[in-house]
Amino acid sequence: MTTPAKTDLITVNVDGREIAVPKGTNMIEAAKLLGIDIPHYCYHPKLSVVGNCRMCLVEMGMPAVDPATKQPVTDPATGKQKVNWMPRPTIGCATNASPGLHIRTNTPLVKDCREGVMEFLLVNHPLDCPICDQAGECRLQEQATQYGRGYSRFIEQKNVKPKRTVLGPRVMLDDERCVLCSRCIRFSKDVAKDDVLGFIDRGSYSTLTCFPGRQLENNYSLNTVDICPVGALTSTDFRFKMRVWFLKQTNSIDTESSVGANTIVWSREGVIYRITPRRNDEVNDTWMADSGRLFYKQVRADNRLLAARIDGQVVAHGQALQAASELLKQGGVAIVGSGRASVEEQFLTRRLAESLNAPAAIVARVGQGDGLLISADRNPNTRGALVTGLISSLPSTTLASLARAIDAGSVKTVLTHNEDLLAAGLTPAQLAKVAVVYVGTHDNATAAAARILIPSLTVFEKSGSFVNQQFRLQKFSAAVPAPEGVADDLATLGTLVNAAGGSCPSAGLPALWTALSTEVPVLAGLAYSKIPDTGAALDAAAWAGLHFPEGETLHYKPAKA
Amino acid sequence: MPATVKVLERKPLSFAERTYLPQIAAGLKTTIKHLFAPKVTMEYPEQRPEILPGYRGVPTLVMDPHGREKCVSCQLCEFVCPPKAIRITPGEVPADQPERSHVEKAPREFEIDMLRCIYCGLCQEVCPEEAIFLQNVYSTSGYTRASMVNNKQRLYELGGTLPDQHFKWDRKKAAETAGNARH
Repeated sequence: MTTPAKTDLITVNVDGREIAVPKGTNMIEAAKLLGIDIPHYCYHPKLSVVGNCRMCLVEMGMPAVDPATKQPVTDPATGKQKVNWMPRPTIGCATNASPGLHIRTNTPLVKDCREGVMEFLLVNHPLDCPICDQAGECRLQEQATQYGRGYSRFIEQKNVKPKRTVLGPRVMLDDERCVLCSRCIRFSKDVAKDDVLGFIDRGSYSTLTCFPGRQLENNYSLNTVDICPVGALTSTDFRFKMRVWFLKQTNSIDTESSVGANTIVWSREGVIYRITPRRNDEVNDTWMADSGRLFYKQVRADNRLLAARIDGQVVAHGQALQAASELLKQGGVAIVGSGRASVEEQFLTRRLAESLNAPAAIVARVGQGDGLLISADRNPNTRGALVTGLISSLPSTTLASLARAIDAGSVKTVLTHNEDLLAAGLTPAQLAKVAVVYVGTHDNATAAAARILIPSLTVFEKSGSFVNQQFRLQKFSAAVPAPEGVADDLATLGTLVNAAGGSCPSAGLPALWTALSTEVPVLAGLAYSKIPDTGAALDAAAWAGLHFPEGETLHYKPAKA
Repeated sequence: MPATVKVLERKPLSFAERTYLPQIAAGLKTTIKHLFAPKVTMEYPEQRPEILPGYRGVPTLVMDPHGREKCVSCQLCEFVCPPKAIRITPGEVPADQPERSHVEKAPREFEIDMLRCIYCGLCQEVCPEEAIFLQNVYSTSGYTRASMVNNKQRLYELGGTLPDQHFKWDRKKAAETAGNARH
């Protein structure tokens, strides 16, 4: 575990309550630590401060000091140091805490300010909440209810702005709903480094638009939808699909690369509707790539494997397991684990390899890192395989040693856990020489050629953990139930381990973690339930000598070679 | 404490009582009175009662006076429905319907399970578009469970057209046209 850096703490007073906050904290964050909400639109904790929405106006006071003597002035009535309140309000987002700062958020002046700002924001707002996808998670709805005056005095005709503007392949803009907070502009410029958005026209005719000839099409464009406090930017994929108040949120991890961005999976009655990022200041801040948001479609993909098969004939799950166990017992087995499997699955894969005395390998997937939230290693859990001891050196993208062993005739059976062997460099001729046991989620050439095929679960249907590029152990939970007749990978692997004469703790995660924490040194003292939602940093010293493929990404710097 | 038993003498019947005739006459009088009195019951189902406004019958979807769909599938009725009888699949209005495409959203499917519905009227109360009304149909029956689920087409058949006070989306479109003309 890492310890947070020591920072200078200063004391501020919010609505009469004192709290120590790190230096440089702004008023909104300081009040949030006390559970006091200062409403805001344009301020976002991970973006630069512009202060253009004026919603976070609060009263500010500083301890009184005698100008001549520089001595604190005491209020005779209370015996405490007097506070000089500023006559006019100040914005909370752009005012940093200083020692002795006093903030008032519940005075008539502040209430007036908020009502005024809300009234101006709603002047040209179309109030089409019934057809707006943001309804239910809209800051304008929430703050109009909480801080607005409750009725409209505006009798003039509202402004008309373009609706249904296509900003890019994944983002739609409704200009009437926009409150001109400029979060999306700042995100594109500062975080995504793709400066495509800007305001044109003046006053209440101001309109968000892309620069001429450009589109909001970078791989982080959907983050602008997430941070849009109103329904101006909406996702084309999620548009008109489901109301957010019906959706159940489950914490998960993005599997597209070893960054392991924290995500929330939104589902209703076993159907996933969208994936959004979850804040983790150590990993992904509040962002994630667009490409990872579409992974939920693999759950109901056409090529999903839903039934066990032996030689292409559909059989009962138990029958396929039985046949697989017997095939593995005949010896000459090689095991191909997966860098996309969870830590727990990799641990059982290693157990299986040990029980069968079989060599184990995983397949590396290396792509181009984008320097932000997609790293070069496209396996989410390569380091999990190192931690659990499934592999001892970095994997390669091809299974060269397995290919040699097949050619030499020493391997008769290959068990592959969700890896396409043909894509990993084996030739169809080599594959034809061996019996393949394929435990996987989706159909591919290897699954089609497999002697025994056992369907397994996607990351959205099971619980487990991954180790990301920072050697950070992060857990994910099952968002939707498994399809009928498909068993958890852990149950399948556990049965195979037991049949191979090894001992497998009962398939449940708590029992498995008892074994993991005793057998794997860096996991000592951990249990699945003890992994925090933001993950636990592991001691990576044992693997410091390896040359991982990742380049620099957000919150990750590769060790110097 | 032992129970005390009090023995009562049965009163002997009088002669008139023993003949039963006064009682029969009294009974016949009531019968004959109702033969000539105005009827208080109705020959259901040949005759149907008049349903007063405000009656909470079967929930239906209504069209506006121009025959356009009013529901925008905001799913508030689905959310508020206590017995979870309503099920909506939201969808988008195709762009090739100029009289309606500015509304953007409409239900692709709308189902109300009448085996679940408790006729509470919360769906009508919550509807921001005044598209769902509990009207005067009070009797539904079917031979299967599936036939008791009213789909979108059936709901519009039951609902018909109701007068509209607002024409909210028409006014919005008019404002848009007027606004665009200014620029």
